[in-house]
Amino acid sequence: MNRMKILTNGVLKENPVLVLILGTCPALAVSTQASNAIGMGIAATLVLVCSNMAISALRKVIPDNVRIPCYIVLIAGFVTVVQMLIKAYAPAIDEQLGIYLPLIVVNCIILGRAEMFANKNTVLDSALDGIGMGLGFMLALLVMASIREIFGNGTWFGMEIPGLITHKISILTLAPGGFFVYGILIALMNRITNGKASRNAEKGCGGCAGCAGCGASDDGCAAKGGEA
Amino acid sequence: MDNLMHFDFRGLIVIMMSAILVNNYVLQKFLGICSFLGVSKKLDQATGMSLAVIFVMLMATAATWPIQYYLLNPNGLGYMQTVVFILVIAALVQLLEIVMKKYIPALHAALGVYLPLITTNCAVLGVAILNINNQYDFLASMVNSLGSGLGYFLAMVLFSGVRSRMEGGETPKSFEGLPITLIAASIVSISFFGFAGVINNLFA
Repeated sequence: MNRMKILTNGVLKENPVLVLILGTCPALAVSTQASNAIGMGIAATLVLVCSNMAISALRKVIPDNVRIPCYIVLIAGFVTVVQMLIKAYAPAIDEQLGIYLPLIVVNCIILGRAEMFANKNTVLDSALDGIGMGLGFMLALLVMASIREIFGNGTWFGMEIPGLITHKISILTLAPGGFFVYGILIALMNRITNGKASRNAEKGCGGCAGCAGCGASDDGCAAKGGEA
Repeated sequence: MDNLMHFDFRGLIVIMMSAILVNNYVLQKFLGICSFLGVSKKLDQATGMSLAVIFVMLMATAATWPIQYYLLNPNGLGYMQTVVFILVIAALVQLLEIVMKKYIPALHAALGVYLPLITTNCAVLGVAILNINNQYDFLASMVNSLGSGLGYFLAMVLFSGVRSRMEGGETPKSFEGLPITLIAASIVSISFFGFAGVINNLFA
């Protein structure tokens, strides 16, 4: 696969949030304001690029049957670094993201890309994949957050939008609005990609849980796949 | 939260009830969404997964709380929280699976399938970190974990009912599968807003 394709793959064609249905928890939780989406996107992209590169560099060293714990430790290390950086240089974002910042560790996009891409490809390709996927994640979050902030709060990046500020649909900024906007966006992606998003969600162990669960225990996956 | 030190029973009930109803982990805090969407199709699967989550949440809190306060904090290693917690939870889940398989095969048969999926369930890591962030004491942490687990259970069971009803209905083609599930989750989530007043009026 040529390099440009790897980079752009994650942005639209295999958008992690809207097509691969990974990382749903942070996508729903932090997409209340556009600025949060950018903060979360940058944090996740940094972790993703670093972990992809490290895992790709160590792919011949890490024994296959303990790879998941190794990946988790590597990812947790990078998350801690990013967490400390954000705490030091952007405390406002740290406050907004709160618990969801350390939870990047269990963000399925990161472990998923380690399993699906980084442990099979070179360091450079993995870094590009990380950038692409990270941008895709940020883009999806930004779209969701913009819809929720503009219509739910009448602002965008904190700027008031005349006309909408007086007609807020406040529920969009609350939890139900998150589910609703995400549902609508996936329906839209389904329409564009002929149902690829929904098929991904049904596949294997069910989207997110699958990528990690399968690796941790093949029996678990087989059993679940059988049931599903 | 100071008064929790002298075994404030009412405080514990408030923590428990708000964890179950008001701050429901799945429907209000968006933790554990993946398993919520993935495993809530059938009632028995939903129950099995939720029981496993409650169990692991309690174990994880029982293990991570002492680690944070007696090992990390005194040694100035508070920043290692994320790394240590995820490792402890992963090890704990593995250990649980081995112990269960050997000594309680019946329980392993029922819950074993769901255990590997729980390591990366953000609800478990989330509750462990939130207990520390909220500065709960040990008892309050355990109560909060139990409440969060029960809240997860409630959301899963309720939603599996909603989904089984949805299967009979006709959905527009683009909304088939995940989108309509998310819209349904949104409506279930609205219904939980009704509980916010309950806690305030009962215990305030």
